Amino acid sequence: MMITISNLSKIYQTGDVETVALDDVSFNVQKGEFVAIMGPSGSGKSTLMHMLGALDKPTSGKYELDGEDVEDMSDDDLADIRNRKIGFVFQAFNLLPRRTALQNVMIPMIYAEIPKEERRQRARKYLEMVGLGDRLDHTSNQLSGGQQQRVAIARALVLDPSIILADEPTGNIASNQAEEIMAIFKKLNSQGHTIIMITHEPDIAEHAKRIIQIKDGKIISDHKNGVRRKARRVN
Amino acid sequence: MQFSEVVNESFGTLFINKLRTGLAILGIVIGIGSVIALISLGQATSQSVQSRIQSLGANLLTVSPGAPNTGGVRQAAGSSTTLTLDDANAISNSLGAVTNISAVSPEVSRRAQVSTGSANSNVQVIGVTPAYAQVHKVQVDTGQFISARDVDGASKVAVIGPTVASDLFGAGSSGVGQQIRINGQIFKIVGETVSKGGTGFGNQDDIVWIPLTTAQRQIFGINYLTAISLEAKSQDVMVEAENQVGYLLLSRHKLRDPSQADFSIFSQQDILNTVSATTATFTTLLAGIAAISLLVGGIGIMNIMLVTVTERTREIGLRKALGAKKKVIITQFLTEAVILTFAGGIIGMIFGVVASFLISRLTGAPFVISPTSIALAIGVSGGIGIIFGLYPARKAANLQPIEALRYE
Repeated sequence: MMITISNLSKIYQTGDVETVALDDVSFNVQKGEFVAIMGPSGSGKSTLMHMLGALDKPTSGKYELDGEDVEDMSDDDLADIRNRKIGFVFQAFNLLPRRTALQNVMIPMIYAEIPKEERRQRARKYLEMVGLGDRLDHTSNQLSGGQQQRVAIARALVLDPSIILADEPTGNIASNQAEEIMAIFKKLNSQGHTIIMITHEPDIAEHAKRIIQIKDGKIISDHKNGVRRKARRVN
Repeated sequence: MQFSEVVNESFGTLFINKLRTGLAILGIVIGIGSVIALISLGQATSQSVQSRIQSLGANLLTVSPGAPNTGGVRQAAGSSTTLTLDDANAISNSLGAVTNISAVSPEVSRRAQVSTGSANSNVQVIGVTPAYAQVHKVQVDTGQFISARDVDGASKVAVIGPTVASDLFGAGSSGVGQQIRINGQIFKIVGETVSKGGTGFGNQDDIVWIPLTTAQRQIFGINYLTAISLEAKSQDVMVEAENQVGYLLLSRHKLRDPSQADFSIFSQQDILNTVSATTATFTTLLAGIAAISLLVGGIGIMNIMLVTVTERTREIGLRKALGAKKKVIITQFLTEAVILTFAGGIIGMIFGVVASFLISRLTGAPFVISPTSIALAIGVSGGIGIIFGLYPARKAANLQPIEALRYE
């Protein structure tokens, strides 16, 4: 099992007011799955994404990622988990400005203490893989939204993580480029990568093999994607 | 993450914001530069004052007539008439008893009007014996100094300082062989001394020397001395020599208690010590003022680093999301701060040294750069980077990745 989440809760305390962002959530993700987590804003999907990404600690419950218990780790251990096991793709790309594509892709490898020469080779390889072999030395402001997101995907892949965690990966991208991004995700999934994608757009979620619906901090549905797709086509 | 890479990364970041980096550095440059320049100025002043005092005569003891206190009232030095040529002779004749004195110079010193046909000047006229030249380290440029025969014969000869020469005979002319009038009496100039470079009050170049006997009998009409200058054999025996002379004079003046002494003895060393202490205080004061500007520079660095942390919140969040540990973030920001202050320190040091050099060229003071002030400047600038960089760096490292990523 790649991810085991059991009875996970997150409660935010603001003064005297308690906000339950995640309420006793349990689910598993197996290696090689492509899961879309859907829900309206305020549903708790971002909080779930932070938990899955080891960016925040749950109030209670267990989170096991690729054989390691994540819920009780120190900040530095969490940083290490994020570095080795999670590849992030953010809505806003989050590339470092004024750095080239190559430099951006090399950042996770710096923290993984990979030798300098190897970093360059690997970064080049993954950028070529996402179709940016001719734009290695372009800075992020010289790239289109879709291209920037492809740099981010290369950056997510470069340390061969256990899961790729994408938070609204097409939210800031023109629709024709969004299709390209989803094509890359599908290709990666077909190569065996585990992908978890947060989105509120149904047609983007369509690309996933499994869709988890979340509302008010609870999972309200969790099913394979095939059935829905047919239904939509009929419409 | 290797340290060399952190440094590389930091240089990269600093290079992107050239103007801001330059302005942040400027504060430290001014701080370190002024510390070095002002310490150097202080030390140069101290050295030049000390060397000037030493040029008045090494190991010099001066016996002045008059008690330091008479009935609680301090008398003007030289206003008393208790010191005589016999006292001076007693000191030189009893050299067996007074073992630590190598030369004795009895002196009569007053201001007098000195004139040529066309010019006149009010200068210090000192009646001396040949020993004066040795005790006060006076060197004759042209001609000769007052000789023993001049003293014995109460000759009307004079030796003049270079300032007197240029005042009376115009710049560049020595005046040796010419005649001058001192209080109306005609003297023949037999020598001119080498300049000692003094200025203002107590200028050692603005003096006319005449034989002691001539001064006492024919010019001032007195039979006492205004001072006896003594040269001790070495710096180490100054105190002993002072005591020996003191007791000899007490017994000659039939006084039992040193507190009743009708003379006082100053040593060159006393003056030197006082001056050294004064200039040291002066140097510390200057360095203190400069240190304030350094502190202001450090606060400037902290300010810039805090702005940088806020500005780069997203970047920090991203780096943490991608696996940067706290230590790495702290190191990165601390390194940036230290690079800023250290670069400022080096540039400031260069400016400080150049400024010291210019000051020494303009004022004629010696060019002094102490290695300590340079080591201090570099150490302090690095230290300032750490002290003022630590808070912003910790602030950066403690940012939560989600908060930071969300930050707009």
